[in-house]
Amino acid sequence: MSVDLFVSHYNYWVVIFLMMVGFYILISRGNLIKKIVGLNVFQTSVFMLYISMGKITGGTPPILLDDPHGEGEAVGHVLYSNPLPHVLILTAIVVGIATTSVGLALAVRIKEAYGTLEEDEINRVEAQTEAAE
Amino acid sequence: MIAEHLPILQVVLPLLAAPVCIFLRNPRAAGALAVLTSWSALGIALSLLREVMSTGVVSYAIGDWAPPIGIEYRVDIVNAWVLVIVATIGAVVTPYAITSVESEVDRKRIPLFYAAYLLCLTGLLGITITGDVFNVFVFLEISSLSAYALIAMGQRRRALTAAFRYLIMGSVGATFIVIGIGLLYVMTGTLNMADLAALLPEVWDSRTVKVAYGFLGVGMCLKLALFPLHLWLPNAYAFAPSAVTAFMASTATKVAVYMLLRLFLSIFGRHFSFEVMGLDLILLPLALVAIVSMSLVAIFQVDVKRLLAYSSVAQIGYMILGLSFASVTGLTATLLHLFNHALMKGALFMALGCVVYRIGSVHIDAMVGLGKRMPYTMAAFVVGGLSLVGVPLTVGFVSKWYLILGALEKGGLWMGVAAIVLVTSVMALVYVWRVVEVAYLRDFAGDERVREAPWSLLVPTWALVLANLYFGIDAVRISAVARGAAEALMIGIGS
Repeated sequence: MSVDLFVSHYNYWVVIFLMMVGFYILISRGNLIKKIVGLNVFQTSVFMLYISMGKITGGTPPILLDDPHGEGEAVGHVLYSNPLPHVLILTAIVVGIATTSVGLALAVRIKEAYGTLEEDEINRVEAQTEAAE
Repeated sequence: MIAEHLPILQVVLPLLAAPVCIFLRNPRAAGALAVLTSWSALGIALSLLREVMSTGVVSYAIGDWAPPIGIEYRVDIVNAWVLVIVATIGAVVTPYAITSVESEVDRKRIPLFYAAYLLCLTGLLGITITGDVFNVFVFLEISSLSAYALIAMGQRRRALTAAFRYLIMGSVGATFIVIGIGLLYVMTGTLNMADLAALLPEVWDSRTVKVAYGFLGVGMCLKLALFPLHLWLPNAYAFAPSAVTAFMASTATKVAVYMLLRLFLSIFGRHFSFEVMGLDLILLPLALVAIVSMSLVAIFQVDVKRLLAYSSVAQIGYMILGLSFASVTGLTATLLHLFNHALMKGALFMALGCVVYRIGSVHIDAMVGLGKRMPYTMAAFVVGGLSLVGVPLTVGFVSKWYLILGALEKGGLWMGVAAIVLVTSVMALVYVWRVVEVAYLRDFAGDERVREAPWSLLVPTWALVLANLYFGIDAVRISAVARGAAEALMIGIGS
C-alpha cells in the first residue's frame, strides 16, 4: 500500500485505532466503570466512521445556498457533503447516551448491593452466596 | 380508513402506551392498560397476517415519504408470521404479569415495569415490521435497553450483574450491526431493504461488502445467543422476574433469528450467503456444538430456571441448524421452531413463575413433591417439557420432524445430523425428567400452607400449554404458513 493512500485515509486509521482501544478496554478491564468507558470509546469510533464516510472532499455543509443571481432558482452544481450519515449518527449518539446512563445506573445499584465495582470481587461474592445456598 | 394504517399502529400503540403507564402510577391501572395494548397489538398482527395471506406484500410509507427515500414498513409473509408470534406471546404474558409482578417487583416500580415491558414489545415488533436497516438498529436498541432494565428488576442482586453483562455484550453486538449497516450504506447509498437487495449484486465482489457481512453476522449472533456468544443469556434468564423471562425467552431471541434470516437471505440473497460466503459451513458446526454442549450443561443445573435457559441456547441451535441446511425444508423447520419454541418455553417459564409465586424459589430441592401440592402447575410443566423433548402430539414433534426430514432430504453425512437431533432429544428428556422425578416421585416436605397457584396465573399458562397441544395435533395449516415463508425467504425480496 502506498504512503499516499495511508495518509489520505488517516481518519479511517484513527477510527480503527479507537475501535480496537475501546474494545480492548471493554474486554480486559475488570472495573465496571472502565468497561462502560471502553464501550463509549468503541461506540464513538463508529460515529466517526459514519461521519467520515459522509464527508466529501471540498464539499460544503449541506445547506441551501442563496441564489447568487436572485432569480429564485436553486443553485445547480454545488458540491456538498452527504447529510444522511450525519443525521443517522445523531440517532446513534442518543442511543449511546441512553446505553451509558442505563449502564451507570446499573453500576450504582451493583455498588450498593455488592459494595464493590471490581468484577473479580463481585464474582467472589457470588460464588460464596452460591456455595451457601 | 384505519386499516391502511395498521403497520404503523402496530408499533405506535405500545410506544405511546408506555409513558402513559408511568403517568397512571397505579399498578393495577398500568397493568390493565398494558393488557389492553398487548391484545390490540395481537389483533393488528393477526389482521396483517390475513391481509398478507390474501393480497400479498403490504408496504407503508412513514409520513408519506415514498421509499427508498423515506422509511418503509414492509410486511410480507415472513415478518407477518414473526409479528404474530411476538404479539401472541405478549398478549398471553401481559395478563400473567399482573399477578406475577405484584409478588416479585417493588410496588412503586410496577408502573415503570409496564412502561419498560411495553417499550420492549415496541422494539421487538418494530424490528420485525420495518423495511429499513437503520430503523432495525433503532428498534433493536429500544428493545435491548428496556430489556436490561426489566432484567435488573429481578429480586436477587445477581439480577443486576446479569443485566450489566447483557448490557455490555448486547451493546457490542448492536455496535457491530451499526458498523455493518454503515459499510453497506457506503457501497450502495441506500438503507431500504428491497433497494439494498437490488443494488448489492453489483458490488458483491468488494471486500467492504464481505466485511459488512462479517460484522452483521457476529452482531446478530450475539443478539440471538448462538454458541459461543451466548454467555449473557443463562444468568439474564435465571435472575429476571418470571414474567420477563417468559416474555424474553419466547420473543427476543426469535426476533434476532428473524433479523438474521432477513438480512442474510432476503437482502444478501441465498446465492451470496451459501455459495460465496459459505454461511452454512460456518453455522452448521456452531449449531451442533450448541445443541450437544448446552443440553449437557442443562442436565447438571440445580436451578430449574437456569436449566431451561441453557436448554434455550440448545434450542436456538436447532433453529440455526435448520438454516444451515440451505434448503426450503430446513428453513421451514427453523420458522416452525420459532413459533413452537416460543409456545413451549413460554409455557415452561410461566409454570416456573407459578412455582416462584407460591414457594419463592425454583431450586430443584425446593420443588420436591410439588406434583401433589400444585397439580395444575406441574402438569403444565410436564406437557411443556414433553413438547421440548419432541413427543408426538406436541409442537416440539413438528419442528423436529421437519428438521429430520430436511436432513434425510440431503442424505449422506447429513444422516449423522439427524442422529444428533434424535440423541439430543433424549438429553432433553433427561433434564425434563429430573424435575418431573423430584416433583412427582418424592413426598412433599415443605410448608403445609403451599397450595395451587391462583387462576390469574394458571389461565395464561394453560392457554400456552393447550396451544402446544393444539398446534401439535393440527399442524397442517401452520406448516403451510411456515413453508410459504421459507419459500419467500429463499427467493429473496429483490426478484
